[in-house]
Amino acid sequence: MSQQIVPLKTYVLVFVSLIGLTLLTTAVAFVDLGAFNTVAALVIAFCKMLLVIFFFMHLRHSGGLVRVVLLAGFFWLALLIGLTMSDYRTRMWTPAPDAWSSTAPPTHP
Amino acid sequence: MADMHAEHTALAHQFEDLAQQHDADTLGIWLFLVTEIMFFGGLFAAYAIFRWLYYAAFEGGSHILDIRLGAINTVVLLASSLTMALSVRSAQIGNRRALVLFLILTMILGGVFLGLKAYEYNQKFVEHIVPSLDWAPDGEALARLTPGGLDHAQLYFFFYFAMTGLHALHMIIGLGLLLWLVLRARKGSFTPSYFAPVEVVGLYWHFVDIVWIFLFPLLYLIGGRY
Repeated sequence: MSQQIVPLKTYVLVFVSLIGLTLLTTAVAFVDLGAFNTVAALVIAFCKMLLVIFFFMHLRHSGGLVRVVLLAGFFWLALLIGLTMSDYRTRMWTPAPDAWSSTAPPTHP
Repeated sequence: MADMHAEHTALAHQFEDLAQQHDADTLGIWLFLVTEIMFFGGLFAAYAIFRWLYYAAFEGGSHILDIRLGAINTVVLLASSLTMALSVRSAQIGNRRALVLFLILTMILGGVFLGLKAYEYNQKFVEHIVPSLDWAPDGEALARLTPGGLDHAQLYFFFYFAMTGLHALHMIIGLGLLLWLVLRARKGSFTPSYFAPVEVVGLYWHFVDIVWIFLFPLLYLIGGRY
């Protein structure tokens, strides 16, 4: 079998790190970092996701096919969110002609 | 001998051996999880747009949620992921008792999560901040929601219920799958060379955990709590 038996210690260490990151993200929410509050929350969530994927979900010991499938999934998600937001966030760069104003999308507050 | 019998019946005829079957099973669940990423992805994309458009309303809505309950539930779910990973490990080393024990522990932790979630949902009804069904914020909730606009705040709670509700639905399905695993594990269906069902349900469970890892900061921690 290709399955590797991961030592108990590894799982416990990963769990402790996940709890630590949860406490960290909660604590950071109480500090005023301006726009970086969101950045910090997302970066911490991303790190937690990597820990779960690589250790609990055994991506560390998985073959190339599984990795390609996962990367394709993230790539598609990035397209979904990236292209959608690039549309919404650039709509007000050029003012809509007056004739369109009744159907113009809402602008950023 | 019992193990050999279990392995014989576990191997589907289209596979060469159990190792090949295990690889195919794992790839299959990963493909399913990728479609799940896109399924939740639609909600996350819609959330991103409206949070940006109506940021003040989303911030106000977020600040009504109980951050302690959110954080506790995160810890509970992470713990259930640990016990799930240990279930798979127990199956790998052929420890049936530990396998059953960890699977049941995972179910208990999943149940605690859903219980806390149900309590939170109930709180929303008490505070009349359930969109459509019971939307009449008053007192502190009204004060927090008014600056961003009540209609837009209602939209935030639509997202709150849709995202956590879809997540909870996945948890309930996961609990059903875990129960199925417990029953099979007790009968001794899993061996160190055949435990793909445990691994596959485990991957699904961890995925649901990851969704919550993002839901917690996105719903509870908007704009900080200082």
